[in-house]
Amino acid sequence: MDGRRWRVQVDRRTCIGSGLCTAIAEEHFALVEGRSRPAAEVIEPDDAVIDAADFCPVEAILVRTTDTRTVLAPQP
Amino acid sequence: MTMNSEVREYPFIGEPAGVEVDPLYARLRREEPVSRVRLPYGGEGWLVTRYEDTKKVFADPRFSRAATVGREDVPRTTPEPASGGFLLSMDPPEHSRLRRLVAKAFTNRRVERLRPRVQEIVDARLEEIERSGPPADLVRGLALPLPITVLCEMLGVPPQDQDRFRDFSDAILSTTAYTREEIFAVRDALLAYLAGMVRQRREHPADDLLGALVAARDEGDRLSEEELVNLGVGLLIAGHGTTANQISNFTYVLLTRPDRWDLLRDRPDLVPGAVEELLRYVEFGTGGSFARVATEDVEVGGVLVRAGEAVFVNAQAANRDESVFDHPDDVDLTRRPNPHLTFGHGLHHCLGAQLARLILQVAIGSLLQRFPALRLAVPADEVPWKTGLLVRGPNALPVSW
Repeated sequence: MDGRRWRVQVDRRTCIGSGLCTAIAEEHFALVEGRSRPAAEVIEPDDAVIDAADFCPVEAILVRTTDTRTVLAPQP
Repeated sequence: MTMNSEVREYPFIGEPAGVEVDPLYARLRREEPVSRVRLPYGGEGWLVTRYEDTKKVFADPRFSRAATVGREDVPRTTPEPASGGFLLSMDPPEHSRLRRLVAKAFTNRRVERLRPRVQEIVDARLEEIERSGPPADLVRGLALPLPITVLCEMLGVPPQDQDRFRDFSDAILSTTAYTREEIFAVRDALLAYLAGMVRQRREHPADDLLGALVAARDEGDRLSEEELVNLGVGLLIAGHGTTANQISNFTYVLLTRPDRWDLLRDRPDLVPGAVEELLRYVEFGTGGSFARVATEDVEVGGVLVRAGEAVFVNAQAANRDESVFDHPDDVDLTRRPNPHLTFGHGLHHCLGAQLARLILQVAIGSLLQRFPALRLAVPADEVPWKTGLLVRGPNALPVSW
C-alpha cells in the first residue's frame, strides 16, 4: 500500500453529528443516521480532512498515514 | 405546496415571553414550511421552519453569512447592517483560517479539563447563595457570574478586571437598558481593553487563550490585530449571555415542573441527557437574527430561493418538528436520541458547545444536589422576563429552599 496515503476513521460512538466535517470536507465525509462516516477509509492526502479532524468538537476523527500510522490529526 | 402570498412581520408580533416557542411556528411547519417574512429593516426574506430544511440551510455552503455583512438590503432587526469580523459572519476560507486557531481550545477533551474549576466556581456561588438566603436571586447569584468568570479565566482576564468585563458584556447584550451611544461606547472600551491585553501578552507571553492567539498572530502572521481583538469580543458575546440565560431558563423549566425536578434530583445520572432536552426545548432567542443569503438559486422545502435572497431559520422551531421528535412539546428528560439543532449544524456549529454543555451540566447538577427542595419564591407568572433582546431569559429568578 502506498505509504503516502492517509487512513481516515470516525468513531461513531463519539460523533455528535455536528456537521462540521461534512461542511469542511464534503467529499470525504457523509452523515449517516445523524453520525459521520468517511466516504473512503484510505484517501489521497487532502488538508481539508486535517481541518475536519481538528475542528471536530469531540475529536471523533482520526487521520493517520497508512504506512507508519503516524497521527496527522487531531493535534495533541 | 400551496403558494401563500402572505408576508408576516418577523420577529412575530406578540411573540410569547419566557421560554415558550411561538405557536405560529408549528402552523408554518404544517402549512407553509418556507414562508415570506418582513423584518424591521432591510425588507423581506424566507423563513424555514422544518427540521430537515433547517439543517440544510445550516449545512449548505450556498447560504452565505459573509454576504450579509455591511449590506443595507439584507433583512434584519437592527438599523445597522450586520458587522463583520466575527466567526459567525464569515464564510470559508476566512472562517476556516480563524476557526483553526481557536477550535483546539474548545474540544471536549480540553473543556473537560476545566470541569473541576467550573465546579469550584459553582460551589463558591452556591455557598454564597446559601449564606445570604432564602430567598435568593439565581440570576445574580449564579447565572450571570458563572459563564463570564469561566470565559475570563480562559481568555486570561485577571480577577481584578473581571467585574469590569462583566459590565462590558452585559451592556453589549442589552438593547433596552442602554442607549445605542452608550452601547457603542462600552463596546469601544471593551475593544480597547482587549487591545491592551494583546499588547501585554506580546511583551509577556501568557499560557492562556489570548496568549495562544497572540502567539499565532506573531509567529505565523495568521491573525491581524483587529481579528485578534474581534475573536476575543466574539467569544464573550457568543458565550456569556447565551449560557447565563440558559442556566436561568433551564432552572425555571425544572422548577415549574416539579416532577421533572424530583426525577433529576433522584437520578443525577440523567443530568447530561436532561441538559440536551432542555437545550432542545427552551426558546432562548428571538427570531430574525443571523440571516443567510443565497449565493445562487437553491431549492429548500419545495421553494426556490433565488440568488441574493435572505433565509432565516430558528433552531427551536426545527426542534419541535414532530417528524423527528415524538411529542415535541413535552419536556422528556430521558429523550434519546436528541438531535436538536440548538448549537446549529455544519460550518458554524457552535464553537463553545462543549463548554456550554459542561457549564450547564455542572450548574444544574450542583443546584439539584445542594438545594434538593429548591422552588420558585414567586408565582411562575410573576417571574420577570427580558423583552426585546437577542437572547431570552428572566431578569431575576427568585428562589427559596
